[in-house]
Amino acid sequence: MANTAALTGINGLREIRRSPASHLAAALESGSVPGTVVLKEGPFQTMAGVRVDPASEAASRIASVTGGLPARCGEVAGTEQASVLWLGPSEFLVVAPEEDHDTLGGDLLGSLTAALGDAPGQVVDLSANRTTFELTGPRARAVLEKGCALDLHPRSFTPGTALATEVGNIPVVLLKNGEESFRLFPRASFADFLGRWLLDAMREFASPEVP
Amino acid sequence: MLLISCPNCGSRDETEFHYGGQAHVPYPENPNDLSDREWAEFLFYRDNTKGAFAERWLHSTGCRQWFNMLRDTVTYDIQAVYPMGAPRPAGAPDALSVVVPKRPLKQPELIEQPGSAPGTAAPSTSTTAPEGATK
Ligand SMILES: [Zn+2]
Repeated sequence: MANTAALTGINGLREIRRSPASHLAAALESGSVPGTVVLKEGPFQTMAGVRVDPASEAASRIASVTGGLPARCGEVAGTEQASVLWLGPSEFLVVAPEEDHDTLGGDLLGSLTAALGDAPGQVVDLSANRTTFELTGPRARAVLEKGCALDLHPRSFTPGTALATEVGNIPVVLLKNGEESFRLFPRASFADFLGRWLLDAMREFASPEVP
Repeated sequence: MLLISCPNCGSRDETEFHYGGQAHVPYPENPNDLSDREWAEFLFYRDNTKGAFAERWLHSTGCRQWFNMLRDTVTYDIQAVYPMGAPRPAGAPDALSVVVPKRPLKQPELIEQPGSAPGTAAPSTSTTAPEGATK
């Protein structure tokens, strides 16, 4: 039987929520090299997995909620508030601020579900599925290149591009959200490993460059 | 490391993919009509082609979509990438024509050539690996 007291008090539960890499916070801080490469775990976000045939009417209804759907690999659609990442030809990940979650006063999931309607597809709350690492700084690309085989040079990987790939052998969605700024979305169970892997990859940049 | 061209995502490392075995193995029309042997052959018996081989692949850490690929099992040369459901591309040699024949198959050295003494037949120079070959 549902514990209605817990449901009505969900904002109280929010206070005890721990992010998957919260135990690394001090290590991330001490391992960062300000001005060179900085790693931190981002705030909680509301994430929704959407599966819908992009040619269908339901897709255009969903696109009007999210501010567009990406058409091909790498594209990111959406608004300032929420971005929509391309995961597959009929699979998308909507990433929005935490307060857009229906239990915190928002209506992202409800409006997406309503937009899908009875059409074939799904809208799933994936907010707890992945965490966010924010990797920034002039050497951020050099850190990623140690464990990612994609061409991360700015001429091919431009800001506003997101790719599902592997970093340090971990499946992640890699979003470039600025010239020297990346977001990595690993699944929660990989957060500890990926956090430590990134710290190890960053370690050399704390020392003076060997001429 | 193979560099595989996903039809959706472009060139990616082999580690992002999962292998799905031989392509174009149709599910039996009426599984209930099959004998145990025929059912076992559908489930477990696959070609072991030397040369161009049509196989299924899944881009598991990318777009999570299946596709077919024609790969040379000797040189690893990827000759074609094509969608699920599409026929095997023409032009490439048909795997069926170079497959080892189905059992029963006599051991090559037991086939006596007319006019030659037993045991002196030249080894087969066929491009098809003989059954039981260990390479
Ligand atoms: Zn792909």
